[in-house]
Amino acid sequence: MDLLDQLADTFFNWEEMAKVIPALLMVGLPNTLILAVASGILGSFLGLGLAMMGISRNAAARWAARAYTDIFRGLPAILVILVIGIGLSPIAREITGNRNPYPLGILALTLIAAAYIGEIFRSGIQSVEKGQLEASRALGFSYGSSMRLVVVPQGIRRVLPALVNQFISLLKDSSLVFMLGLAASDREIFRIGNDAMANTGNLSPLVAAGVLYLILTVPLTHFVNFIDHRLRTGKPEKKEPDELAAPIGKGAQA
Amino acid sequence: MTEFASGTLTGKNLHLSFGHNHVLRGIDLHVEKGTTASVIGPSGSGKSTLLRVMNRLIEPDKGDILLDGRSVLKDNPDELRQRIGMVFQQFNLFPHKTVADNVSLALRKLRKLPKEQARAEALEQLDLVGLKHKADARPANLSGGQQQRVAIARALAMKPEVMFFDEATSALDPELVKGVLALMTDLAKGGMTMVVVTHEMGFSRNVSDNVTFMDAGVVVESGPPEQIFTEPRTGRLKGFLSDVL
Repeated sequence: MDLLDQLADTFFNWEEMAKVIPALLMVGLPNTLILAVASGILGSFLGLGLAMMGISRNAAARWAARAYTDIFRGLPAILVILVIGIGLSPIAREITGNRNPYPLGILALTLIAAAYIGEIFRSGIQSVEKGQLEASRALGFSYGSSMRLVVVPQGIRRVLPALVNQFISLLKDSSLVFMLGLAASDREIFRIGNDAMANTGNLSPLVAAGVLYLILTVPLTHFVNFIDHRLRTGKPEKKEPDELAAPIGKGAQA
Repeated sequence: MTEFASGTLTGKNLHLSFGHNHVLRGIDLHVEKGTTASVIGPSGSGKSTLLRVMNRLIEPDKGDILLDGRSVLKDNPDELRQRIGMVFQQFNLFPHKTVADNVSLALRKLRKLPKEQARAEALEQLDLVGLKHKADARPANLSGGQQQRVAIARALAMKPEVMFFDEATSALDPELVKGVLALMTDLAKGGMTMVVVTHEMGFSRNVSDNVTFMDAGVVVESGPPEQIFTEPRTGRLKGFLSDVL
């Protein structure tokens, strides 16, 4: 029983957990969310650009997108974060005037996310039937307008599940930014758990950090399943004016 | 039906190759203002490609396209396509938009109409095809015949001078074909200039003013429907008619 008690104390020391929870919630959680959301949004824009380049008729654009994707998908995230975070820090200091590694951490995460998101968008856009582009162009829309109004919105809708998965992965990878050395107030979830573990010699704070990650990621995973199912089966029957409704249609005056 | 701002459309000596595949080998097609030309022929004869070349969805390798006697090959192709409506075999409605938004999209974005006015015009077009009550439905909730009528309304909303129909009834269940053909007949009788690629020999014979028979990228025979259907001159047309009639 001694051994079990010891294990329980190592992983589930409530006292140690309780001590770290305020910092996890007040400091770690917002910082992790800032890192993940900022790089998720920026990565989506960059990824959309890469996707458009990837399907462009311009061979140079296609090649550039391909090369970018190969590089940033092929490298370990931690390597990119270190190289960008350390390599560009003199420049970043010049521009921002401080040593906060956050902007570079976000940049590195963005560059990595963009490579994956670009591929996700590209596959979605390419899955839209050719007839959609043709119909839009036949109406008189340019290629660019057709993509923007007709093809891309449909493509993105189809890959929403993959996109949320990518965000989950980003949420977890944001922990790697700790490698850049963070001031106390800049620490994200993992770093706070890790520091507390190092200080106390007890793993429980790290377990608490893990639980917090799960609280973020598990609902997202289920959200993915939900939208995946929804996209597969269509929306639940929505009330729409049909023959039984007012024959003029509710929007006649709108 | 309303009045149409119809135009006369002419394709002259149109050529197109995909690599070594010579799809169009010098096609001439003339559609007089307010008339309907149907194009018939076996699958793979280049009929659908001809339509796409004549509205410059695909640029011809050689030849000329004239609208009201003026060459349009140097015009902005996007502007040319605003003047030529097109209806597809697979409808190609935009599934992420409501029926009314499908019809009003080009009015809003290309004609720059304010939202309410674009919607009002869209509803007017939908009324013409008998589907005003479906304005707020999604295309997926409509039958094939209804979808195709929405697609026709979408094309008509831009007030085109010419309408192209690319096997518009081929993907429809038999019982739904009639409604779409009736609508096309109304348009033809209303004075719309139309080019109709079709396998519906009844429509070709009874509604069109001129029938063009294509095979292997060339026009084999062309003339009024009576002549084409009752006195085919070439063996190829005779063979085709005996296959399909």
